[in-house]
Amino acid sequence: MNQAVQVPDSADTFVTPDGRTVGPVMMDIRNIVLRFGGVTAIKDVSFNIMKGEVRAIIGPNGAGKSSMINVINGFYHPQEGEIWFNGKKRPSMKPYEVAEQGIARTFQNIALFHGMSTLDNIMTGRQLKMKTGFFWQMLRYGKAIEEETEHRAVVEEIIDFLEIQHIRKAPVGSLPYGLRKRVELARALAMEPDLLLLDEPMAGMNVEEKEDMSRFIIDVNEQYGTTIALIEHDMGVVMDLADRVVVLDYGKLLADGTPDEVQSNQAVIDAYLGV
Amino acid sequence: MGDQTWVVEGRDTFPKLLALNAQRFADRPACREKMLGIWKTHSWAEVHEETRALAMGLMELGLEPGERMAIVGTNRPPLYWSMVAAQMIGAIPVPVYHESVAEEMVFVLEHSEVTFIIAENQEQVDKIQSVADRLPNLRHVVYRDPRGLRKYDHTKLHSFTGVQDLGRQNASKHQDEMQRRIDAGAPNDTCVMLYTSGTTGNPKGVVLTNQNMIFAAKASVEFDGLKETDETLAYLPMAWVGDFVFSIGQSYWSGFCVSCPESPDTMMADLKEIGPTYFFAPPRIFENLLTSVMIRMEDAAPWMNRTFKKYIEFASKIGGDILDGKSVSAGDRFKYWLGDKLVFGPLKNSLGLSRVRLGYTAGEAIGPEIFAFYRSIGINLKQLYGQTEASVFVTIQPDGQVRDDTVGVAAPGVEIRIDDDGKVWYRSPGVFQEYYKEPEKTAETKDADGWVDTGDAGFIEEGSNHLRIIDRAKDVGKMADGSLFAPKFVENKLKFYPNILEAVLIGDGRDTCTAFINIDLGAVGSWAERNNVAYASYQELAAHPDVYDQMQGHVEEVNASLANDPMLSGCQIHRFLVLHKELDPDDGEMTRTRKVRRKTINERYAPLIEALYDGSDNVYAETEVTYEDGRKGSISATLEIRDAKTFDRTAQQTDKAA
Repeated sequence: MNQAVQVPDSADTFVTPDGRTVGPVMMDIRNIVLRFGGVTAIKDVSFNIMKGEVRAIIGPNGAGKSSMINVINGFYHPQEGEIWFNGKKRPSMKPYEVAEQGIARTFQNIALFHGMSTLDNIMTGRQLKMKTGFFWQMLRYGKAIEEETEHRAVVEEIIDFLEIQHIRKAPVGSLPYGLRKRVELARALAMEPDLLLLDEPMAGMNVEEKEDMSRFIIDVNEQYGTTIALIEHDMGVVMDLADRVVVLDYGKLLADGTPDEVQSNQAVIDAYLGV
Repeated sequence: MGDQTWVVEGRDTFPKLLALNAQRFADRPACREKMLGIWKTHSWAEVHEETRALAMGLMELGLEPGERMAIVGTNRPPLYWSMVAAQMIGAIPVPVYHESVAEEMVFVLEHSEVTFIIAENQEQVDKIQSVADRLPNLRHVVYRDPRGLRKYDHTKLHSFTGVQDLGRQNASKHQDEMQRRIDAGAPNDTCVMLYTSGTTGNPKGVVLTNQNMIFAAKASVEFDGLKETDETLAYLPMAWVGDFVFSIGQSYWSGFCVSCPESPDTMMADLKEIGPTYFFAPPRIFENLLTSVMIRMEDAAPWMNRTFKKYIEFASKIGGDILDGKSVSAGDRFKYWLGDKLVFGPLKNSLGLSRVRLGYTAGEAIGPEIFAFYRSIGINLKQLYGQTEASVFVTIQPDGQVRDDTVGVAAPGVEIRIDDDGKVWYRSPGVFQEYYKEPEKTAETKDADGWVDTGDAGFIEEGSNHLRIIDRAKDVGKMADGSLFAPKFVENKLKFYPNILEAVLIGDGRDTCTAFINIDLGAVGSWAERNNVAYASYQELAAHPDVYDQMQGHVEEVNASLANDPMLSGCQIHRFLVLHKELDPDDGEMTRTRKVRRKTINERYAPLIEALYDGSDNVYAETEVTYEDGRKGSISATLEIRDAKTFDRTAQQTDKAA
């Protein structure tokens, strides 16, 4: 019943309508099957993410979008299928090992340390980059303090970038939702990732907040060249932001292509976009 | 006019003062800005070099003497340098309100025929580009923050540092010519053009000369003894005359350091870090500070709250006297000293006002309680009264003569007179030259002898020579029965309640007065939180019956106090409603300096006004709103209308509904 749109994967790179060159393939997801007991969350899904693009994953509730992100992120381990990252087949990895490879993410239901300040939360994003040992960090002495200064400089750049100077010292628990989302993005950016996974970055935001967030996502992609894969429900946002869109439905791949192609795909309209 | 006594050789233009400061204050701090979380200080010598580099860069790009250059952005040292850089080459800086939507901005840019614009960031550049086809004279745009602009077409777009580099590379070509122009700068040359926001009609370009500005700076610096060791925080719009006089005028004259906040949102935190000794804020800021303190005290431990209340109450009795140098008993002085250690000192510290030795407020009337509060805890807060057309200063309160109900005595060098209609006029060396390209309007405001009409109604108090302002002359009207209608007076009484942000009184030419009220989201939101009142939006909170009850209480208290005023008892509020949205400059309901535009409000809310007078219990309102990026949307709500008790002159209650 569903006819997948042809992906432009025959070419190594392609040029987006706004003139960015995207490619080559950074992550190739091949025939992923993920089961939880008797429930199959993802059924034989294959797609790829190309370097420098903004890739959207859309689909109705329960389509397997977040599961897909969790598979990429190493949190779930698929029963079948392979993930190729930067031309190499990835063995089964733990989330922190995936993070070390340069993949950062944000969560659908914000996972920050509520009692800590914005600044400290973002600093935790630098943890993987710290070279001094736990002992020295605990003493906060010598090399550890020098290193902290360097990391702080990076974090300040990100704070400036995301315009959250005014909440630098505020405990995250006291912040409104829209700002927490931004802090979470900041923490992911602090890892200086090559691939950034955003799980519903704009859920629950008002129009103005969505606009700001979209602007930041575009800026991240432009300024740092970060490849972005995002899950989003707001079709307007997806169509504006994404270079290519993957559509999932009941764990299956429904379509894959540019926003225009996906939008005009009959199967997608039937399953998701509505008439 | 032509009064040259204020002119001092070698200090008659800002570029000359800058060169002088680079020598006399060389390594002293001139300005600070917070970059990536760290305060970066620029010395006077550095500012001199940076400004010269920029000026030469602008010469290389072809900025000509007499041309106008717009500056659009929040307070940043490079933007201040831009103003003086323009003056160095004989061009005229035109600072523009950075919050203006493109449509408003284009009026000023078109009217002043700017050829160059220095913009802060992508947001401003986008606005300018969206209206570029209406600016045929515009040749170059320079931006300070390169973020997001990398991919823009750079044929007419330049980075700030890029222009400075251009200037440095071509220094040998331009420096002699620039020096010649600086030396040729004269007191009567135009210093800056400032557009007044105006509560009616389009903004007018006020042309001010070097003499006007230098006079204002010199007179005020001498009046309050400002020195190079003072510190201040520049956070008010750069397009406002006060910011020019404080952050450039006074700073260049006296050499004090001007710090710029990291972003408009961090102003309170930056205030705390800088700890200015000289601080200017409109009443709104002082109100917000006080409201936030009171809200936080509600959540403090009971013993803390008790101590706080006890000492604040004590201070309200004698704090003002101590500040005014009146005699206070040794016992009270000791108790005040103790209070300072326990309460006032820490409080001032947490507000960032520990070091303030001179504070000013102006622009609107300040609530007597708020004013007294700050003075009682030892902050020398004073009022001044001024206008763009006067280069700020008309009247000012000298130390020891500070009061909440007057705006002070004539500032040094200023003459004041009241005409037969009760309107206030003034004349001084600070008086503006003209409204740019609008000779008729100039003639309406300024007479042949150089007297300027303030447009305010007021009187000079017998004995003290203090000026008291009643209201805008054109807003003062008559009720249908001939009694006086002074809306601002009543609105201010309402606004002194912390949970009322704005109020608009309606009733000119009618039988009774009615009012719109805007709740203060901070204060009412905190009340809601403490009382477990759930709400999802501003609109819902504003319409809450308990909120209405509170507002009704305030309105009735105001009515009771008005009943005792023989002139204004007719202004009692018979019916009111709480608006479903905040009045907003983006919607044209207020000026950028947050003064209510009555005409716009009367037009936009005509159905609501009608409902206030036709006796209905509620009214359906649909209002168009403009978002920050200029797009439009609309919000709708059904608003409740309440009757308020009014009082007759003998203060007996009458329960009549309108």
